[in-house]
Amino acid sequence: MKTVIIKYNAGNVQSVMYALERLGASYLLTDDESEIRSADKVIFPGVGEASTAMAYLRERGLDKLIPSLKQPVLGTCVGMQLMCRYSEENDTTCMGIFDIDVRRFPNESGFKVPHTGWNNIHSLCGPLTDGLVENAYMYFVHSYAADVCPETIAVCDYVRPFSAMLHRDNFYAAQFHAEISGNEGQRILENFLKL
Amino acid sequence: MLTKRIIPCLDIKDGRTVKGTNFINLRDAGDPVALAAIYAEQGADELVFLDITATVDERKTLIELVRNVAHTINIPFTVGGGISSVADVSALLNAGADKISINSSAVRNPALIDELALEFGSQCIVVAIDTRWIGVEQALTTTPHAPSPMPYAHIVHTHGGRKPTELRTIAWAKEVENRGAGEILLTSMDTDGTKAGFALELTAHISGAANIPVIASGGAGTMNHFVDVFTVGKADAGLAASIFHFKEIEIPDLKGYLREKGIEMRI
Repeated sequence: MKTVIIKYNAGNVQSVMYALERLGASYLLTDDESEIRSADKVIFPGVGEASTAMAYLRERGLDKLIPSLKQPVLGTCVGMQLMCRYSEENDTTCMGIFDIDVRRFPNESGFKVPHTGWNNIHSLCGPLTDGLVENAYMYFVHSYAADVCPETIAVCDYVRPFSAMLHRDNFYAAQFHAEISGNEGQRILENFLKL
Repeated sequence: MLTKRIIPCLDIKDGRTVKGTNFINLRDAGDPVALAAIYAEQGADELVFLDITATVDERKTLIELVRNVAHTINIPFTVGGGISSVADVSALLNAGADKISINSSAVRNPALIDELALEFGSQCIVVAIDTRWIGVEQALTTTPHAPSPMPYAHIVHTHGGRKPTELRTIAWAKEVENRGAGEILLTSMDTDGTKAGFALELTAHISGAANIPVIASGGAGTMNHFVDVFTVGKADAGLAASIFHFKEIEIPDLKGYLREKGIEMRI
Protein backbone atom coordinates (compact mmCIF):
# COMPACT_ATOMS: atom_id res chain seq x y z
CA MET A 1 0.00 0.00 0.00
CA LYS A 2 1.22 3.46 -0.85
CA THR A 3 0.48 6.26 1.62
CA VAL A 4 1.38 9.80 0.69
CA ILE A 5 1.70 12.76 3.03
CA ILE A 6 1.16 15.95 1.08
CA LYS A 7 4.20 18.18 1.44
CA TYR A 8 3.63 21.91 1.74
CA ASN A 9 4.75 24.64 4.08
CA ALA A 10 2.57 23.29 6.86
CA GLY A 11 5.00 23.30 9.73
CA ASN A 12 5.91 20.19 11.60
CA VAL A 13 4.69 16.96 9.97
CA GLN A 14 7.29 14.87 11.80
CA SER A 15 4.88 13.49 14.37
CA VAL A 16 2.56 12.23 11.60
CA MET A 17 5.49 10.45 9.99
CA TYR A 18 6.54 8.86 13.27
CA ALA A 19 2.96 7.74 13.96
CA LEU A 20 2.84 5.95 10.60
CA GLU A 21 6.20 4.33 11.37
CA ARG A 22 4.84 3.09 14.71
CA LEU A 23 2.00 1.48 12.75
CA GLY A 24 4.51 -0.13 10.41
CA ALA A 25 3.16 1.84 7.43
CA SER A 26 5.53 3.13 4.78
CA TYR A 27 4.88 6.59 3.41
CA LEU A 28 6.14 9.19 1.01
CA LEU A 29 6.27 12.91 1.76
CA THR A 30 5.73 14.66 -1.57
CA ASP A 31 4.02 17.48 -3.47
CA ASP A 32 4.30 15.67 -6.81
CA GLU A 33 0.93 15.41 -8.55
CA SER A 34 1.39 11.97 -10.10
CA GLU A 35 2.72 10.50 -6.83
CA ILE A 36 -0.28 11.91 -4.98
CA ARG A 37 -2.78 10.72 -7.61
CA SER A 38 -1.38 7.18 -7.61
CA ALA A 39 -1.37 6.81 -3.80
CA ASP A 40 -3.76 4.44 -2.03
CA LYS A 41 -4.16 6.81 0.89
CA VAL A 42 -3.45 10.51 1.17
CA ILE A 43 -2.78 12.40 4.39
CA PHE A 44 -3.11 16.17 4.31
CA PRO A 45 -1.57 17.52 7.53
CA GLY A 46 -1.40 21.11 8.65
CA VAL A 47 -0.13 23.37 11.35
CA GLY A 48 0.06 27.10 10.89
CA GLU A 49 -1.97 29.89 9.44
CA ALA A 50 -4.80 29.37 6.93
CA SER A 51 -4.24 32.16 4.37
CA THR A 52 -0.51 31.46 3.99
CA ALA A 53 -1.17 27.74 3.62
CA MET A 54 -3.95 28.31 1.03
CA ALA A 55 -1.74 30.70 -0.96
CA TYR A 56 0.97 28.04 -1.04
CA LEU A 57 -1.49 25.36 -2.18
CA ARG A 58 -2.81 27.65 -4.95
CA GLU A 59 0.68 28.44 -6.24
CA ARG A 60 1.27 24.73 -6.76
CA GLY A 61 -2.20 23.82 -7.99
CA LEU A 62 -2.73 21.58 -4.94
CA ASP A 63 -5.99 23.44 -4.20
CA LYS A 64 -7.43 21.92 -7.41
CA LEU A 65 -5.72 18.55 -7.06
CA ILE A 66 -6.85 17.70 -3.51
CA PRO A 67 -10.63 18.08 -4.10
CA SER A 68 -10.34 15.95 -7.27
CA LEU A 69 -8.76 12.96 -5.48
CA LYS A 70 -10.73 9.70 -5.47
CA GLN A 71 -8.82 7.64 -2.88
CA PRO A 72 -9.34 8.11 0.90
CA VAL A 73 -7.95 11.48 2.04
CA LEU A 74 -7.44 12.43 5.69
CA GLY A 75 -6.95 16.10 6.58
CA THR A 76 -5.75 16.97 10.07
CA CYS A 77 -5.88 20.19 12.11
CA VAL A 78 -5.35 23.14 9.74
CA GLY A 79 -5.51 20.58 6.89
CA MET A 80 -9.11 19.93 7.96
CA GLN A 81 -9.86 23.65 8.09
CA LEU A 82 -8.48 24.17 4.57
CA MET A 83 -10.88 21.45 3.34
CA CYS A 84 -13.82 23.53 4.56
CA ARG A 85 -15.55 26.34 2.65
CA TYR A 86 -14.08 29.37 4.35
CA SER A 87 -11.92 30.26 7.37
CA GLU A 88 -12.27 33.39 9.46
CA GLU A 89 -8.49 33.24 9.93
CA ASN A 90 -7.40 36.17 7.77
CA ASP A 91 -10.62 35.94 5.75
CA THR A 92 -9.53 32.90 3.73
CA THR A 93 -11.50 31.13 1.01
CA CYS A 94 -10.66 27.44 1.37
CA MET A 95 -11.14 24.35 -0.81
CA GLY A 96 -14.82 23.79 -0.06
CA ILE A 97 -14.75 20.00 0.15
CA PHE A 98 -16.85 20.24 3.31
CA ASP A 99 -19.83 22.56 3.19
CA ILE A 100 -19.08 24.44 6.40
CA ASP A 101 -17.18 27.49 7.61
CA VAL A 102 -14.39 27.71 10.16
CA ARG A 103 -14.75 30.32 12.88
CA ARG A 104 -12.58 31.57 15.73
CA PHE A 105 -13.54 30.56 19.26
CA PRO A 106 -15.29 33.58 20.82
CA ASN A 107 -13.69 35.16 23.87
CA GLU A 108 -15.45 33.76 26.86
CA SER A 109 -14.37 33.80 30.47
CA GLY A 110 -13.02 30.44 31.59
CA PHE A 111 -12.14 29.35 28.05
CA LYS A 112 -8.57 30.00 27.00
CA VAL A 113 -7.73 30.21 23.31
CA PRO A 114 -6.09 28.25 21.72
CA HIS A 115 -8.10 25.27 22.91
CA THR A 116 -5.10 23.28 24.16
CA GLY A 117 -5.05 19.80 25.62
CA TRP A 118 -7.14 16.65 25.86
CA ASN A 119 -10.87 16.86 25.24
CA ASN A 120 -13.51 14.19 24.68
CA ILE A 121 -15.20 13.53 21.35
CA HIS A 122 -18.75 12.22 21.13
CA SER A 123 -21.62 11.48 18.72
CA LEU A 124 -19.20 9.25 16.83
CA CYS A 125 -20.20 7.58 13.58
CA GLY A 126 -18.57 5.93 10.60
CA PRO A 127 -15.60 3.62 10.04
CA LEU A 128 -12.85 5.98 11.23
CA THR A 129 -14.03 5.80 14.84
CA ASP A 130 -14.56 2.01 14.84
CA GLY A 131 -13.46 0.55 18.15
CA LEU A 132 -13.49 3.90 19.95
CA VAL A 133 -15.79 4.49 22.89
CA GLU A 134 -17.94 7.60 23.07
CA ASN A 135 -16.10 10.41 24.86
CA ALA A 136 -12.63 9.14 23.95
CA TYR A 137 -10.02 11.82 24.64
CA MET A 138 -8.01 13.42 21.84
CA TYR A 139 -5.26 16.06 21.89
CA PHE A 140 -6.30 19.44 20.45
CA VAL A 141 -4.39 22.68 19.77
CA HIS A 142 -6.37 25.22 17.74
CA SER A 143 -8.03 28.63 17.84
CA TYR A 144 -10.45 28.08 14.94
CA ALA A 145 -13.03 25.34 14.46
CA ALA A 146 -15.70 24.17 12.01
CA ASP A 147 -19.28 24.27 13.22
CA VAL A 148 -21.31 21.10 13.58
CA CYS A 149 -23.00 20.19 10.29
CA PRO A 150 -24.51 17.16 8.51
CA GLU A 151 -20.98 16.05 7.56
CA THR A 152 -19.86 15.94 11.22
CA ILE A 153 -18.87 12.43 12.38
CA ALA A 154 -17.51 13.42 15.82
CA VAL A 155 -18.35 16.39 18.03
CA CYS A 156 -16.24 18.14 20.66
CA ASP A 157 -17.46 20.82 23.07
CA TYR A 158 -15.39 23.91 23.85
CA VAL A 159 -17.22 27.21 24.31
CA ARG A 160 -19.65 25.72 21.76
CA PRO A 161 -20.02 22.31 20.10
CA PHE A 162 -17.78 22.03 17.03
CA SER A 163 -16.80 19.40 14.44
CA ALA A 164 -14.01 17.22 15.81
CA MET A 165 -14.23 15.12 12.62
CA LEU A 166 -15.85 15.46 9.21
CA HIS A 167 -16.59 12.98 6.44
CA ARG A 168 -17.89 13.32 2.89
CA ASP A 169 -17.43 10.63 0.23
CA ASN A 170 -13.71 9.73 0.24
CA PHE A 171 -12.73 12.76 2.34
CA TYR A 172 -12.14 12.53 6.08
CA ALA A 173 -10.82 15.12 8.49
CA ALA A 174 -9.90 15.48 12.15
CA GLN A 175 -9.39 18.73 14.04
CA PHE A 176 -7.31 17.03 16.76
CA HIS A 177 -3.83 15.53 16.41
CA ALA A 178 -4.57 11.81 16.13
CA GLU A 179 -0.83 11.16 15.78
CA ILE A 180 -0.15 12.25 19.37
CA SER A 181 -3.52 11.31 20.90
CA GLY A 182 -2.41 8.09 22.59
CA ASN A 183 -3.77 4.68 21.68
CA GLU A 184 -7.19 6.10 20.75
CA GLY A 185 -5.67 8.49 18.22
CA GLN A 186 -3.56 5.68 16.85
CA ARG A 187 -6.75 3.67 16.34
CA ILE A 188 -8.13 6.40 14.08
CA LEU A 189 -5.01 6.34 11.91
CA GLU A 190 -5.17 2.54 11.78
CA ASN A 191 -8.82 2.70 10.74
CA PHE A 192 -7.95 5.20 8.01
CA LEU A 193 -5.17 2.99 6.66
CA LYS A 194 -7.64 0.08 6.55
CA LEU A 195 -10.30 1.94 4.53
CA MET B 1 -14.73 18.83 28.69
CA LEU B 2 -11.14 19.91 28.37
CA THR B 3 -9.16 17.97 30.96
CA LYS B 4 -6.50 19.17 33.34
CA ARG B 5 -3.13 17.68 32.40
CA ILE B 6 -0.57 15.73 34.46
CA ILE B 7 2.97 16.18 33.16
CA PRO B 8 6.05 14.31 34.41
CA CYS B 9 9.30 16.19 33.81
CA LEU B 10 12.57 14.42 32.96
CA ASP B 11 15.85 16.23 33.48
CA ILE B 12 18.35 15.16 30.84
CA LYS B 13 22.14 15.32 31.02
CA ASP B 14 24.28 13.78 28.27
CA GLY B 15 21.21 12.00 26.94
CA ARG B 16 20.37 10.37 30.29
CA THR B 17 17.84 11.20 32.98
CA VAL B 18 19.33 12.64 36.14
CA LYS B 19 18.01 13.04 39.69
CA GLY B 20 17.47 9.31 39.65
CA THR B 21 14.37 7.24 39.33
CA ASN B 22 12.83 4.35 41.18
CA PHE B 23 11.31 2.19 38.51
CA ILE B 24 12.23 -1.29 39.59
CA ASN B 25 11.07 -2.84 36.33
CA LEU B 26 13.44 -0.65 34.36
CA ARG B 27 16.67 -2.38 33.55
CA ASP B 28 18.34 0.95 33.14
CA ALA B 29 16.75 3.64 35.24
CA GLY B 30 18.56 6.40 33.44
CA ASP B 31 17.16 5.67 30.00
CA PRO B 32 14.78 8.53 29.19
CA VAL B 33 13.11 6.68 26.32
CA ALA B 34 12.15 3.72 28.50
CA LEU B 35 10.96 6.06 31.22
CA ALA B 36 8.93 8.10 28.74
CA ALA B 37 7.26 4.94 27.44
CA ILE B 38 6.26 3.92 30.97
CA TYR B 39 4.79 7.33 31.74
CA ALA B 40 2.85 7.37 28.47
CA GLU B 41 1.51 3.89 29.23
CA GLN B 42 0.49 5.00 32.74
CA GLY B 43 -1.60 7.84 31.35
CA ALA B 44 0.68 10.89 31.51
CA ASP B 45 -0.95 13.57 29.36
CA GLU B 46 2.29 15.04 28.11
CA LEU B 47 6.00 14.90 28.91
CA VAL B 48 8.62 17.58 29.36
CA PHE B 49 12.34 16.95 28.78
CA LEU B 50 14.68 19.57 30.18
CA ASP B 51 18.21 19.31 28.86
CA ILE B 52 20.61 20.63 31.44
CA THR B 53 23.65 20.46 29.18
CA ALA B 54 24.30 22.55 26.14
CA THR B 55 27.57 21.88 24.34
CA VAL B 56 27.44 21.11 20.63
CA ASP B 57 28.27 17.43 21.08
CA GLU B 58 25.65 17.03 23.77
CA ARG B 59 23.16 18.77 21.49
CA LYS B 60 23.60 16.02 18.93
CA THR B 61 22.91 13.47 21.67
CA LEU B 62 19.76 15.39 22.58
CA ILE B 63 18.51 15.43 18.99
CA GLU B 64 19.03 11.68 18.79
CA LEU B 65 17.15 11.26 22.07
CA VAL B 66 14.25 13.38 20.80
CA ARG B 67 14.07 11.22 17.69
CA ASN B 68 13.94 8.04 19.78
CA VAL B 69 11.28 9.44 22.09
CA ALA B 70 9.16 10.56 19.13
CA HIS B 71 9.43 7.08 17.62
CA THR B 72 8.32 5.48 20.86
CA ILE B 73 5.53 7.49 22.46
CA ASN B 74 2.20 8.68 21.08
CA ILE B 75 1.53 11.63 23.38
CA PRO B 76 2.83 15.21 23.02
CA PHE B 77 6.20 16.13 24.44
CA THR B 78 8.11 19.35 25.01
CA VAL B 79 11.86 19.84 24.95
CA GLY B 80 13.61 22.69 26.76
CA GLY B 81 17.05 23.80 27.86
CA GLY B 82 19.63 25.92 26.10
CA ILE B 83 17.39 26.82 23.14
CA SER B 84 18.18 30.27 21.78
CA SER B 85 17.56 30.40 18.03
CA VAL B 86 15.27 29.50 15.15
CA ALA B 87 17.84 26.90 14.09
CA ASP B 88 17.77 25.22 17.53
CA VAL B 89 13.98 25.00 17.41
CA SER B 90 13.93 23.79 13.84
CA ALA B 91 16.33 20.95 14.67
CA LEU B 92 14.26 19.81 17.65
CA LEU B 93 10.91 19.99 15.83
CA ASN B 94 12.36 18.14 12.86
CA ALA B 95 13.56 15.43 15.22
CA GLY B 96 9.95 15.01 16.38
CA ALA B 97 9.43 17.29 19.41
CA ASP B 98 5.88 18.66 19.52
CA LYS B 99 6.76 21.81 21.47
CA ILE B 100 9.87 23.56 22.67
CA SER B 101 10.39 25.55 25.85
CA ILE B 102 12.55 28.65 26.17
CA ASN B 103 13.51 30.51 29.32
CA SER B 104 16.72 32.52 29.73
CA SER B 105 17.00 33.22 26.00
CA ALA B 106 13.51 34.78 26.02
CA VAL B 107 14.44 37.03 28.94
CA ARG B 108 17.65 38.06 27.19
CA ASN B 109 15.91 38.63 23.88
CA PRO B 110 12.11 38.85 24.17
CA ALA B 111 11.78 39.31 20.38
CA LEU B 112 12.85 35.66 20.07
CA ILE B 113 9.33 34.69 21.20
CA ASP B 114 7.77 36.70 18.33
CA GLU B 115 10.25 35.26 15.88
CA LEU B 116 9.61 31.65 16.91
CA ALA B 117 5.82 32.07 17.03
CA LEU B 118 5.85 33.53 13.53
CA GLU B 119 8.11 30.81 12.18
CA PHE B 120 6.61 27.75 13.86
CA GLY B 121 3.24 28.85 15.30
CA SER B 122 2.33 29.67 18.88
CA GLN B 123 1.10 26.13 19.50
CA CYS B 124 4.66 24.82 19.86
CA ILE B 125 6.22 27.69 21.83
CA VAL B 126 6.23 27.26 25.61
CA VAL B 127 7.85 30.01 27.67
CA ALA B 128 9.18 28.76 31.00
CA ILE B 129 9.18 31.31 33.79
CA ASP B 130 11.19 30.69 36.97
CA THR B 131 10.04 33.03 39.67
CA ARG B 132 10.92 33.93 43.23
CA TRP B 133 9.38 36.27 45.78
CA ILE B 134 12.13 38.69 46.83
CA GLY B 135 12.81 42.18 48.06
CA VAL B 136 12.96 44.43 45.01
CA GLU B 137 16.26 45.94 46.07
CA GLN B 138 17.76 42.53 45.36
CA ALA B 139 16.42 42.66 41.83
CA LEU B 140 17.90 44.79 39.11
CA THR B 141 15.68 47.85 39.20
CA THR B 142 17.05 49.86 36.35
CA THR B 143 14.34 49.29 33.75
CA PRO B 144 10.75 50.36 33.17
CA HIS B 145 9.63 46.88 34.09
CA ALA B 146 10.12 47.64 37.76
CA PRO B 147 8.61 51.03 38.52
CA SER B 148 6.75 50.03 41.66
CA PRO B 149 7.98 51.03 45.11
CA MET B 150 6.62 47.80 46.62
CA PRO B 151 9.24 46.27 48.88
CA TYR B 152 8.67 42.69 47.71
CA ALA B 153 7.63 41.24 44.39
CA HIS B 154 7.57 38.08 42.31
CA ILE B 155 10.66 38.48 40.17
CA VAL B 156 11.63 36.40 37.15
CA HIS B 157 14.90 34.50 37.61
CA THR B 158 17.17 32.85 35.07
CA HIS B 159 20.02 30.34 35.22
CA GLY B 160 18.00 27.70 36.97
CA GLY B 161 16.52 30.22 39.36
CA ARG B 162 19.87 31.56 40.58
CA LYS B 163 19.94 34.92 38.86
CA PRO B 164 17.32 37.61 39.48
CA THR B 165 16.29 39.79 36.55
CA GLU B 166 14.46 43.10 36.41
CA LEU B 167 11.22 41.50 35.29
CA ARG B 168 8.04 41.34 37.36
CA THR B 169 6.60 37.87 36.93
CA ILE B 170 3.01 38.84 36.19
CA ALA B 171 3.98 41.57 33.72
CA TRP B 172 6.38 39.17 32.03
CA ALA B 173 3.68 36.49 31.76
CA LYS B 174 1.41 38.95 29.96
CA GLU B 175 4.26 40.05 27.73
CA VAL B 176 5.15 36.52 26.62
CA GLU B 177 1.50 35.90 25.78
CA ASN B 178 1.33 39.10 23.72
CA ARG B 179 4.50 38.12 21.91
CA GLY B 180 2.98 34.82 20.84
CA ALA B 181 3.80 32.18 23.45
CA GLY B 182 1.32 29.31 23.36
CA GLU B 183 1.75 28.20 26.96
CA ILE B 184 3.48 29.28 30.16
CA LEU B 185 5.44 26.83 32.31
CA LEU B 186 5.52 28.55 35.68
CA THR B 187 8.02 27.29 38.25
CA SER B 188 8.03 28.79 41.71
CA MET B 189 11.55 28.66 43.14
CA ASP B 190 10.00 29.28 46.55
CA THR B 191 8.09 26.02 46.52
CA ASP B 192 10.27 23.92 44.19
CA GLY B 193 11.71 20.93 46.01
CA THR B 194 9.75 21.60 49.23
CA LYS B 195 6.95 19.08 48.59
CA ALA B 196 4.78 21.54 50.53
CA GLY B 197 2.45 22.35 47.65
CA PHE B 198 2.39 24.55 44.56
CA ALA B 199 2.47 28.37 44.73
CA LEU B 200 -1.30 28.66 44.53
CA GLU B 201 -1.88 32.39 44.70
CA LEU B 202 0.75 33.26 42.15
CA THR B 203 -0.43 30.50 39.80
CA ALA B 204 -4.04 31.71 40.08
CA HIS B 205 -2.91 35.25 39.43
CA ILE B 206 -0.96 34.33 36.31
CA SER B 207 -3.66 31.98 35.05
CA GLY B 208 -6.22 34.76 35.48
CA ALA B 209 -4.03 37.35 33.79
CA ALA B 210 -3.03 35.22 30.80
CA ASN B 211 -5.41 33.80 28.23
CA ILE B 212 -3.03 30.93 27.40
CA PRO B 213 -2.65 27.71 29.40
CA VAL B 214 -0.49 27.76 32.52
CA ILE B 215 1.49 24.68 33.57
CA ALA B 216 2.24 24.88 37.29
CA SER B 217 5.51 23.47 38.57
CA GLY B 218 7.33 23.33 41.87
CA GLY B 219 6.22 21.95 45.22
CA ALA B 220 4.07 18.91 44.49
CA GLY B 221 4.25 16.46 47.37
CA THR B 222 0.78 14.96 47.76
CA MET B 223 -2.22 14.21 45.59
CA ASN B 224 -4.11 17.00 47.35
CA HIS B 225 -1.52 19.48 46.14
CA PHE B 226 -2.70 18.73 42.62
CA VAL B 227 -6.33 19.18 43.67
CA ASP B 228 -5.36 22.59 45.06
CA VAL B 229 -3.37 23.70 42.01
CA PHE B 230 -6.29 22.94 39.69
CA THR B 231 -9.07 24.37 41.90
CA VAL B 232 -7.46 27.23 43.86
CA GLY B 233 -4.49 27.75 41.54
CA LYS B 234 -6.59 27.59 38.33
CA ALA B 235 -3.71 25.84 36.57
CA ASP B 236 -4.33 24.03 33.28
CA ALA B 237 -1.65 21.44 33.93
CA GLY B 238 0.48 20.26 36.85
CA LEU B 239 4.11 19.28 36.38
CA ALA B 240 6.32 17.29 38.74
CA ALA B 241 9.49 15.23 38.62
CA SER B 242 10.80 13.34 41.64
CA ILE B 243 7.45 12.31 43.14
CA PHE B 244 6.76 10.44 39.91
CA HIS B 245 10.31 9.16 39.41
CA PHE B 246 10.44 7.77 42.96
CA LYS B 247 6.88 6.44 42.74
CA GLU B 248 5.76 8.47 45.73
CA ILE B 249 2.70 9.16 43.64
CA GLU B 250 1.71 6.94 40.73
CA ILE B 251 0.00 8.60 37.81
CA PRO B 252 -3.01 6.22 37.58
CA ASP B 253 -3.71 6.69 41.32
CA LEU B 254 -3.33 10.46 41.04
CA LYS B 255 -5.64 10.74 38.04
CA GLY B 256 -8.24 8.49 39.70
CA TYR B 257 -8.10 10.59 42.85
CA LEU B 258 -8.44 13.86 40.95
CA ARG B 259 -11.39 12.55 39.00
CA GLU B 260 -13.07 11.51 42.29
CA LYS B 261 -12.60 15.09 43.43
CA GLY B 262 -14.54 16.28 40.40
CA ILE B 263 -11.58 17.36 38.30
CA GLU B 264 -11.80 16.44 34.62
CA MET B 265 -9.11 13.86 33.81
CA ARG B 266 -8.29 11.67 30.82
CA ILE B 267 -8.29 8.13 32.19
